[in-house]
Amino acid sequence: MYDTIIIGAGMSGLAAGIRLAYFDQRVCILEKHITIGGLNSFYRMRGRDYDVGLHALTNITPKGTKRGPLARLLKQLRLSREDLQISPQLGSDIVFPGVRLHFNNDFERFRSEIAREFPKQIDNFDRLVTQIVEYDDLDETHQAVSARERLGELISDPLLVEMFFCPLMFYGSAREHDMDWGQFSIMFRSIFMEGLGRPYAGVRLILKHLVRKFRGLGGELKLRTGVDRIKVDNGHVTGVLLENGEELQARRVLSSAGWPETMRMCDDSQLVVSRATGRLSFCETIAALDVQPQALGHRSTITFYNDSEQFHWTKPDKPCDIRSGVICSPNNFDYGDELLDEGTMRITALANFDFWNGLDERKYALEKLRWYDHITASAVRFVPDYRHRVLDTDMFTPTTVVRFTGHDGGAIYGTPDKQFDGRTHLDNLFICGTDQGFVGIIGSIVSGIGMANMHCLRD
Amino acid sequence: MTTADIKAEILDILEVIAPDEDLTNLDDAVNFRDQLELDSMDFLDIVMELRKRHRIQIPEDDYIQLASMNSTVAFLEPLMKDIQKV
Ligand SMILES: Cc1cc2nc3c(=O)[nH]c(=O)nc-3n(C[C@H](O)[C@H](O)[C@H](O)COP(=O)(O)OP(=O)(O)OC[C@H]3O[C@@H](n4cnc5c(N)ncnc54)[C@H](O)[C@@H]3O)c2cc1C
Repeated sequence: MYDTIIIGAGMSGLAAGIRLAYFDQRVCILEKHITIGGLNSFYRMRGRDYDVGLHALTNITPKGTKRGPLARLLKQLRLSREDLQISPQLGSDIVFPGVRLHFNNDFERFRSEIAREFPKQIDNFDRLVTQIVEYDDLDETHQAVSARERLGELISDPLLVEMFFCPLMFYGSAREHDMDWGQFSIMFRSIFMEGLGRPYAGVRLILKHLVRKFRGLGGELKLRTGVDRIKVDNGHVTGVLLENGEELQARRVLSSAGWPETMRMCDDSQLVVSRATGRLSFCETIAALDVQPQALGHRSTITFYNDSEQFHWTKPDKPCDIRSGVICSPNNFDYGDELLDEGTMRITALANFDFWNGLDERKYALEKLRWYDHITASAVRFVPDYRHRVLDTDMFTPTTVVRFTGHDGGAIYGTPDKQFDGRTHLDNLFICGTDQGFVGIIGSIVSGIGMANMHCLRD
Repeated sequence: MTTADIKAEILDILEVIAPDEDLTNLDDAVNFRDQLELDSMDFLDIVMELRKRHRIQIPEDDYIQLASMNSTVAFLEPLMKDIQKV
């Protein structure tokens, strides 16, 4: 009999597991996939290492900062800042026709860019920042206000509003067209006011620390162990039935599989109020280069681009929406004297799950090649053309996300309706991670910690 | 444990929970919150560390007793007097 069973060994499940194992619970993490990481993982192909997820860690405050999500999670997981070896970004850009806003981990720089490109808006910008700073992420009363409405009241140039939404939606909006004010504020602080960084060794370093910590504390992790059903008796969870037919008992279950996905697993055949699945998914192209991107004149860490004045954050009616995207080069962090062996350019673009899901194998392979080219051709309008220096490429689509994480519709940020308190209709079943409300790597770790503290430790 | 032992133990716990804090000039009469960057999660951790280390259960209504070093030690004395120092 386990004290807690955790479904999923992504960032949130691992973080929750560490908290519970540290406080001597019998805890087991069950992971369907052959490896850990979920939406943030890594693989090896044709002799090269690739990261999935992780463009950059958000919330990168300077060493010694005692406030904010990064400081909080290090404390809660008993990790030291040195463990994560985070190198800061060189600097990133938001590029729209005729306007480029540069930002790095010094917020003043971003402010001065806005003063230069949007001089009439700078006082409005300062007012916006004051409101964002005042937003209390532990108080949910303003959470659901429309960010578009708020911004409309504060900023009178619609182009600037779109330039804020483009990076913040790409990095964390499960909702189409708009964001909740709470989510907007959290993301704005995470990216512009705190900053971006990356460990030289990529996401595997973070995962290695998490899993080592969890196991070192006596936690059990079972890979290739999908949960088929959550066993319910009289409004109470008694354990889980695994895909391999085995049954495990637990006093409670914490699931990071997503809200609708978790509800479907419950075998109480109770009609749970259905919740829309997320509609926003991505394709991502990855290119390994025979040069460092800087040698081609590309210094930007992340480039968020959009090719018209209006940014469209919605499920595309085409296979991919190539009007906008995110270009990430993991080479462009300040690793000191070290350089990554090869250049890498990754491009993320919105994609339509239904299109990709409907293809047979041969057609799928062809469409991947076709859209790899479309996405790249669109992106090199905003960064130096690197296509003649490519050594190898790969690409993932919405169906890849489903295959490796089980999230319905390949929805990266889950359903638009979050369950902030993590509770379900059953008194000992809780959810954490993406559908609880915090997204991104740091966000999902904070979510795992928060839900473990709130629901699994206090008895 | 003596009063001094309990105090030393609390300091040790604070060091684990908040390794970036300088505890040398902590004023025992002043609330932790006014001197250290502690949030509600950290207070839960003080309680959890006490439970992990000494099997002491502190009900949620009593968390407010852990406001300062003096109040914490006063609250813990009857609960910890029979615990052997290790
Ligand atoms: C292309 C891409 C780029 C990204 N870039 C960044 C970035 O730069 N910075 C950033 O901060 N965030 C980024 N993210 C977002 C970030 O990866 C996620 O928000 C975060 O990892 C979510 O973690 P999670 O624990 O909530 O969910 P998940 O990682 O999805 O974990 C859920 C786990 O549950 C498992 N599971 C599901 N069903 C079952 C079952 N029935 N039985 C057992 N196990 C099951 C899944 O296999 C999975 O491992 C990116 C994501 C993608 C896809």
